[in-house]
Order: sequence, then structure tokens, then C-alpha cells
Amino acid sequence: MKKYIAKRLIISVFILIFVAFIIYVLMRSLPTSYLEQVARQKSMQPGSKSFEEWMEQLSATYGMDKGIIPGFLAWAGKALRGDFGDSWRWTVPVTEKFKDSVWISFIMGGIAFILEILIAIPLGVIAATKQYTKTDYTITIVALACFSLPTFFFASLLKLVFCVKLGWFDLGGLIGRNYENLSAAAKFADRAHHLVLPIVTLVVISIGSLMRYTRTNMLEVLNADYIRTARAKGLSESKVIYHHAFRNTLIPLVTMLGGSLPGLFAGALITETLYSIPGIGYVSYQSMVAGDIPFSMFYLVFMAVLTLIGNLISDILYAVVDPRVRIA
Amino acid sequence: MSEDKNMMNNAPSENENSQQYSLNDDRRVRTLSPGALVARRFLRNRVAVTGLVILAFMFVFSFIGGAITPYKEDQLFYRNNEQKKQYAAVKENTEYRYTTAEGEKFPSVAQAKFVMAAKKNAESFEASKTVYTIAKEGTDFYAIYSEDGSTLIATAAFDVVTPPNADDKIPFDLHYAILKAVTNGEKSLDYEGKTYTVSADGEILDGTTEVAYAGRYVVQPIMSDVFLTRSFKAQLLEAIEAGSDDFIFTDEDGTTADYKISYDAKTLSYSVLQTVETRVFDTYHEPTKEHLLGTDRNGMDMLTRLMYGGRVSLYIGFIVVFIETIIGVVLGGLSGYCGGWVDNLIMRIVDIFYCIPSMPIIIILGAAMDAMRMDPQIRMFYLMLILGFLGWPGIARLVRGQILSLREQEFMTAAEATGIRASRRIFRHLIPNVIPQLIVTMTMSLGSTIITEATLSFLGLGVKFPFASWGNIINDVNDTYVLTNYWFIWIPAGVCLLATVLAFNLVGDGLRDAFDPKMKR
Repeated sequence: MKKYIAKRLIISVFILIFVAFIIYVLMRSLPTSYLEQVARQKSMQPGSKSFEEWMEQLSATYGMDKGIIPGFLAWAGKALRGDFGDSWRWTVPVTEKFKDSVWISFIMGGIAFILEILIAIPLGVIAATKQYTKTDYTITIVALACFSLPTFFFASLLKLVFCVKLGWFDLGGLIGRNYENLSAAAKFADRAHHLVLPIVTLVVISIGSLMRYTRTNMLEVLNADYIRTARAKGLSESKVIYHHAFRNTLIPLVTMLGGSLPGLFAGALITETLYSIPGIGYVSYQSMVAGDIPFSMFYLVFMAVLTLIGNLISDILYAVVDPRVRIA
Repeated sequence: MSEDKNMMNNAPSENENSQQYSLNDDRRVRTLSPGALVARRFLRNRVAVTGLVILAFMFVFSFIGGAITPYKEDQLFYRNNEQKKQYAAVKENTEYRYTTAEGEKFPSVAQAKFVMAAKKNAESFEASKTVYTIAKEGTDFYAIYSEDGSTLIATAAFDVVTPPNADDKIPFDLHYAILKAVTNGEKSLDYEGKTYTVSADGEILDGTTEVAYAGRYVVQPIMSDVFLTRSFKAQLLEAIEAGSDDFIFTDEDGTTADYKISYDAKTLSYSVLQTVETRVFDTYHEPTKEHLLGTDRNGMDMLTRLMYGGRVSLYIGFIVVFIETIIGVVLGGLSGYCGGWVDNLIMRIVDIFYCIPSMPIIIILGAAMDAMRMDPQIRMFYLMLILGFLGWPGIARLVRGQILSLREQEFMTAAEATGIRASRRIFRHLIPNVIPQLIVTMTMSLGSTIITEATLSFLGLGVKFPFASWGNIINDVNDTYVLTNYWFIWIPAGVCLLATVLAFNLVGDGLRDAFDPKMKR
């Protein structure tokens, strides 16, 4: 097991290096960046240096004047020591901006994740146990509809109904207009209030696939021989389903859910952008659109790391949860 | 399935009934090919068939609908907007108007002194070392003489005398005579041996021709290039005196225009508003018979945009999935069939691609294409390429896994034993067995590709104007006013999008069930 993990880790590191390199090459070969914008602005000022001179100076300051490979090595060397440079768009160190924004994303994602599990798994189990009944069809169609819903359309509908027509929530943002005058408890409530719609959006969008996944796996288990045996023993249906079947369904579920845990830190790019929640997703969206190379670089590599960790966790969990699986 | 079984069971017993059927006989046992079995199972799934019907409808809507719609994708519509523009202002004169005799001077200092003197009812006043004498000769009408009272220097009156044509000039003496007659309420006046009549509303007539007009009201055009005719002014004043707030005027050429009169208490004046028709883009027009879903931000027919948007969304979906599948099948097939270092290499590439966060990459590339001001059409091709190039690893993994398990099966050993070419083994025996899984995955990824494209277009980083896509149609809701007031702009596009993606998923789901031989139904 230890050997397996060590091997996987080494492979992951190599993959990460390649991914980071590809992303770096991509970022460097982009025709425009935030620097050009800044240089253009500065060269507009009366009595200023020309655009080319500014560009040269800024490139030198930000280490963009090196070739791609030395540039990448310099970036990687600093990144290894936890120094990702200063964000151009936010004019603070990248890691600082990241620390500011990641927690709100994590809280939002975490709550949505728990709600998703609480809603999707029971529904999936019900759909599987009542296969080919009206309940099953309804749940299946609802699940597929949630799965097919474009986030932005659903968010717009929610905004129309709850923000515009009913006026229950603000259209966007994390804090209300008079946030500064509120007491500590009221501040918390205000933030929570602003997170309701984003969380609802996240839950509804992601509920479908988990529900389908639960149903498929539950069906597979229900067709297994040991379930027939359990029924033959004369066990009550609830005992068969919740004791024998459900526990075995949990194997793939735990594997999948464990694998998606790191993703909670990645933020919800689209949802956060739609509701202007200043989480990591929205912040990095703004950085990416502005051509902020240090921040985008950091975010993309961070996402890649999360994916790798997620895969690793799910593989390990698979072995841990299911004793039949032996990893060499 | 149960029906099929029955048929097969019945077959031998029929044969026993001493009747011999040849293999070509149409009454012989009907056996179904695997494909037909799949089709039957699929058609029995009502949900999946519903999905198929929705898809068929969407294809007809987008491709045939786009062809038969009377409008073009980027055809602009206009409407005539009635705008009220200030045309003229009417003011009751409450200040003295001065007219100076030819060859005389009555400077503004003297004018100011005169006003004070008139207020005090003084007989004379002094300004700039010149002494003037005043004579009140009518209501609010003064004649200003030189000190000795011999020469008339100027007149001051509230009433304004205007000639019928702008170019005409009224001689000072006539002007004086008119003012005198009008302010004293006389019906006629004599000037240079002629007798003119003064009508009740201030017209001075030489027989029947009008020489001048005198009145308290000053009518001025707002635009300097407009000349207000005498008859316009007269009719306008009549309307004002009658207290009506609109009047219709027909000029000499026979053109009729509608005017609105409003009184502005602040400036004590009437302003005359002309209704002018301007041609503007027919934006955000409510649904009508001509435009069943109204018009959009640019004044284009919404329904037509929706049809063309569907085309773009479906095109992009199909092309992207096609690219993904080609790359995925080739690389996955190579990896699975060859094994060894080829497999290892390809799978590591797949791992790397799996780790690249695709949405952020596409957003960055979209923003870069924005900065380059790329042509929308070329941009669309790049978008397809990027989406396709980032989406293949999933398919490669699937194909590889399938081939790995198929390779070990007996039929492959048999195929190898017959000694057929490797390419034939792959394309004739391996690939067909992967196809069911592949079709399911492709159908599902069609749905997700369409969502990805729509999301990008919604963010303004995907398909760009003038091309329509369901995503960039909904993009308008970023304007809260549209979100609130114009449902017909974005709800239909969203419903189309949802229906199409849902239909793809339903069909994919149905196909998965139909392809699965373990299926009980």
C-alpha cells in the first residue's frame, strides 16, 4: 500500500510538472496580457516613455523577458518555495489574494456538497428500489433535467423569481448595502442570506449526476446474488435494502465523493461569477479575463493539484473501503 | 424480449406439424438482428423516445425553420419612433421692445434709464449726458423724443410689430403709426395718405393684403433654420388663446403636422412641440404577429435568431464531439491494442490532459481572442478545435478499457487464428464492439458540449455577434432591465437549450439501457 501511494505520488509530480509547463507555455504565448494594457495606459500619460520602453521595463520587472524555458524554471523555483509572485490585477501577492477568497468558496462548496449528498443519495436509492415505477421515472427525469440545466439560465431564473419578483434576495454580491452598520451576528446573517441562492444553484446543478450515480450502483448491487440470498433468508425488505444493499452501494459512492473533496477548494467559477460572490472562482475569472498571468498560473496549477489529489484520494479510498481490492 | 423467447420456443413445434418451410419462406421464424433488438428495446423506453422526439423537433426548428423563416439571421428591423421635439416657443412679451428711428441712436444705457423713468411716470430722463423726453401714447407704448421734443428718436412698447415675411422691413414711421393705433385700440390708421385697417387680432391690412402684425406674443422657432410663417403664428396664437393644448397646421405645400402646446409656468412661456417621426432600430419589441417572439437588443427577429442559434449550437456540438471521438478512438485504440510503452505514453498524455482545467483554459483563450479582435467566424472554428482538443481523453480512456477487455476474449483469439490482417481485426472485430459504449458517451457529451459552448457564449467569450447562439442570446440578461422586463428575450433560448441538452441525455440514457444485454425488459 505504501509503495503504491509512493509510486502514485511520483507519477503525480511528473504529471504536475508537465501540466504546469503546458499552462506556462500557453500563458506566455498569449498575444496580449495585462502588462500591455498597463504599458499602454502609462505611455498615454503626458511626457511618458513610449509603449515599447514601458513594455520592456515591465517585462523585466515581472520576469517576462526571459525565454519560455528559463522563465518556467524561474517560476517553478519560486513556486516551490511558495512564492507565486504578485498578482497584476489585484496588486497583492497571489497567495494573499488566494487566502482572502478561498474560504468563502470552500464554505459555499461545502454546504452545497453536504446538501447534495443529503438529497441525492436517498433519492437515488429510492429510484433504484422502485425501478420502472412512476417514482423512478420522475426521479430520473428530474435528475437528468438538473444535470442538463445550464447554470447561467437557472441562475437567471432564480434571480428573476426570487430577487426581482419576490424581492427576497439581492441580485448579487456577498454583503448588503448597510453591512458596515450591522452587529457581528447580523453581519453573519447578511452573508448567509447572500449565499442562499448561489448554494441553491450549486446544489440543483450538481444533484443530478450524483443521483444517477447512486441509482446505477444501487441497481447493480440489487441484482447481485447476495441480495437474492438475503431475501431468501426472509429478511425484511428494509433490512435488505438499507443493511445489505446500501452499504455495498456506498463503496463507489465514498470513492467518488472522497475524490471530489479537493474540488471544494476550486470554487465554482460560473456560479460565483453569476452572483458576484468574491470567492476564488470569481476572483480568478476576473484575473483570467484581465490577462493576469501570475494569478491565472497559480489558479490553473492549483486546479491541477486538486485534480491529482482527488484522483489519489479516490484510488486509496477504493482500497480502504472495499477489502476485496488489493493494491500491489 | 419475452415475446422473442416465445417465438423461438414456438418454432420447433411448428416444424413438427409436418409442414416444411424453407429458409427463405416468409413464415419461418423471425429472428431479430442485435441491432433490431436494440432498436426495439430503445423504442419501448418511452422517456428515451420523448427525448428523440424533442431532438427531432429541435433539428427541424433549427435547420428547416431557419430556411423557411421569412427573415435573415442578422436582418434589422426598424420602427418609427414618434419623438416630441421643441419646435417653437411662444412668450408673452413683458419687456419693452425698442425701435430706433433711422439715423438716430438709443443706446442700452438710455434704455435702462427709460425703464426707470417710465416706472416713475417721469416726463424726461437723462442718459449719457443726453436728455430725452417721454410721451405715453398708448397702453404700454411710449414715444421717446429728443430734449426739445422735436424729433422722435425711438419707440418703446410691449407689443411687437412683425412683417408678414422675414425679409420685409417696416419703415419706422409706419411702425410708429401701427403701434399707436394698436395700443389705442383704433380700427384704422393713416400713413402716407393711405388708410390701413386694423383687425381685432392685430393684423394691419392694406385692403386685403397684410402689411404687418402687431401683438403681445413673441413666437420664435427653436431651430435657427426654421422660419415660422405668418399664418402659422396666427393659428398658433389662436389656439393658445382658445386654451387648447394641441393644434394641427397645414402649410402652403399642404403638409399637415401635429403640434402640442404646453405652458411652462417657470419661464411664463408656451412651448410648441412638434411630433417628429424618427426611424430607429426596433429593439426589444414585444411579441407580435410579425415577430412571434419579439425583437432583440439589435432589432433582429428573436424567433429567427433562435433558429440560427440552434443551428450554431448543434453544429458546434456535433463538430466538437466528432473531433473528440476521432482523437479519442485513434489514441485509445492504439493504446489498448498495442499495449507496452505506446500504451504507457498515451495514458500519461491522457493523465496530463485530465489535469488541465479546461474551463479556465477556454476562458483565457476566449479573452485572448477578444483582445485580438478575431473575426467571429474564425473564432467559432477555433472554439470548436479547442473544445474538441480538450475533450478527447475521456473517450480515449473508454476505448482503451473496452479494447483491453475485448482483446482477451475468445472471438479475438479466433479472429487471430484465422490469420486476417491486424487492421481488419481492429476495424472489423474490435471497433464494432466498442461502438455501443461510444455512441452513448458521444450522445451524452453532445449535451455537455452544448452547455459548455452556451456558457462561454453567455460569458461573451464564445460565439460572438453577428452569429447567434443560444448562449449569447441569453447573454442579454446581464442587463437587469432585460432580466426583469423582457422575458421573451431569454426564456425561450434557455428553454431550447435545456430541452435539447435534456433530450440528448435522455436519448443517451435510453441507448445505454438498450445496448445493455443484461437489461431485463
